[in-house]
Amino acid sequence: MSSGTEVARVGPVERRPPPFGGLSLPVFVIEVRRLLRNRRTVAFTLVLPVVFFLIFGLNKAYASQRAGSGNVSAFIMISMALYGCVVATTGSGATVSLERAAGWSRQLRVTPLTPLAYILIKMATALVLGFFADVIVYAVGIATGQPSMPVHVWALSAVVVWLGSLIFGAFGLFMGYLLPSDNVMQVMGFVLWLVSFGGGLFVPLSQFPEAVRQGAKFTPLYGLNQIVHVGLNSTPFDWTWVLNVLAWLAIFVGGAAWRFRKDTARV
Amino acid sequence: MLLSSAVRWTAGGLAEAYLMDGSDDEALVMRGRPGLLPGVVPAIELTAVRKLFGPVVAVDGVDLVVNPGEVVAYLGPNGAGKTSTIDMVLGLSHPTSGQVSVFGMAPRHAVRAGLVSAVMQTGGLLKDLTVLETVQYVAALFSGPRPVGEVIERAGLAHITQRRVGKCSGGEQQRLRFALALLPDPGLLVLDEPTQGMDVEGRHEFWEAIRKDAGRGRTVVFATHYLEEADAYADRVVMVRRGRVVADGSPAQVRAMASGRVVRATWPGADTGALGALEGVSSVEVRGSTVLVRSDDTDSVARYLLNQTSARDLEITAQGLEEAFLALTADDPVGAGAGRAGAPS
Ligand SMILES: Nc1ncnc2c1ncn2[C@@H]1O[C@H](COP(=O)(O)OP(=O)(O)OP(=O)(O)O)[C@@H](O)[C@H]1O
Ligand SMILES: [Mg+2]
Repeated sequence: MSSGTEVARVGPVERRPPPFGGLSLPVFVIEVRRLLRNRRTVAFTLVLPVVFFLIFGLNKAYASQRAGSGNVSAFIMISMALYGCVVATTGSGATVSLERAAGWSRQLRVTPLTPLAYILIKMATALVLGFFADVIVYAVGIATGQPSMPVHVWALSAVVVWLGSLIFGAFGLFMGYLLPSDNVMQVMGFVLWLVSFGGGLFVPLSQFPEAVRQGAKFTPLYGLNQIVHVGLNSTPFDWTWVLNVLAWLAIFVGGAAWRFRKDTARV
Repeated sequence: MLLSSAVRWTAGGLAEAYLMDGSDDEALVMRGRPGLLPGVVPAIELTAVRKLFGPVVAVDGVDLVVNPGEVVAYLGPNGAGKTSTIDMVLGLSHPTSGQVSVFGMAPRHAVRAGLVSAVMQTGGLLKDLTVLETVQYVAALFSGPRPVGEVIERAGLAHITQRRVGKCSGGEQQRLRFALALLPDPGLLVLDEPTQGMDVEGRHEFWEAIRKDAGRGRTVVFATHYLEEADAYADRVVMVRRGRVVADGSPAQVRAMASGRVVRATWPGADTGALGALEGVSSVEVRGSTVLVRSDDTDSVARYLLNQTSARDLEITAQGLEEAFLALTADDPVGAGAGRAGAPS
């Protein structure tokens, strides 16, 4: 009417729900743009693991010592890439807490978007930032010339770090739904720090007392940290690592989906 | 409109509600609500809907039928249960008991089918997106939405498409929500206090956009506190109070219902008891040294005040929709502690 073009009268004409419950490329693209627009978060996420690598991964005292098929520097580089990736994906997932606080999730609930499609979009977005975190640590590693390991281990570990960190995208989502937005980032930072210690990312678990070491095996980063080092380490593959990863994945995804469904409360 | 207001209107219901105001909760509930039309699937059908939040009864047995093409104002004071009702219509919450259907189906299904959309009172926007991105985002969630450009045009946002949402004024954000609600070209548009926080100009522009749109036969239900909005833009007014429908009719009918007039006078230490005992007086309110008397027979109130008391500065005014609103939705008789005559017999 306002545009002068002929418009049909509006009646109760039923339309097909969108394919894949609203999973769509434009939404993914806009989400990625949003994420990268937040320069402070991006910088913080990408810089910290690199700094850690430069401090610990180049330490003359042990960096060039042998570790499995490579050296300690390579081992630490993989750990730091994993840490960076995990911070990136968790942070991306946790942005839902801000969306909830803004009431955006309520707005989305009056569209055909399904919980699963939304979680998938968020995960894919988290992977983008995770990709940058992963690549930057490896790039810095190559630039310093210190880490050494077989070529296929470079490639394999980089990919496993990247995809494996996806679990923490789900973790971020879950926490984002669970915690109030004002302190979700701080809580998350602290939790990730603990979990990273538990997973043996910062200090090898062998340095801890036996009781702590046994408990650490049940923490969310333990299994993943073992798996990403598989190519490098000479220790045999242990299926309980996979079990650890899958169990936590199920908990995080299930938790996120459960909270999303409940998340219609007003703000 | 599909229906003349006469069909929807149930004679007697409002008058009854009005006369019995405040004296008996049961009597306030409209009986003989606008009925179902044969062969027409109602846009909204609420049947004995109750919604409890713990001990709080937010919606207390609402029966309501909104037929396609109606523009309905859902009017009520804070906490009357408007948003709670709308949440159920949008499938955001479920009734504790009773049935809600939208175009004959479950609300969530209707939302998935793009049949209903909403501008929500507490629905939010992402501050870090631009206006255009926000519309593109939501458009991508529907199958076969209206073109983004058309919707932006209709909502009057064409000049600020590149602006960050966080930088938009309250009115502009509200129009953006309206744009989002237009995307699926829904048969039913639900607006929960859409002009809250807007200035007069903003409200006018907003309703201009809605009016243009409603001309196309869309069913529109809006919750509001602004009586003039209900008066000007709705062809049916549903008044709610404490989770119940207390009146339902055209704005003119609701206004006519408040047929009495108000006498206002300056009278320090007014004898409210004596005023309340006068014939036809429905309420007496004291505001400082001013007394307001609502009555069917304001002449005799005026005569009494001038002849037998020290009251001065008399003013007699007709009641508007506002008074009808207050009369029907006030929790207590107007004027706490003031004398008050029973319903005229
Ligand atoms: N989640 C909740 N938990 C407890 N009480 C609630 C909840 N949501 C609403 N209420 C209560 O239900 C009642 C109805 O609230 P509702 O928001 O529906 O009113 P409203 O008519 O929309 O009011 P307003 O005009 O202020 O928006 C209020 O007393 C409110 O406090
Ligand atoms: Mg409300």
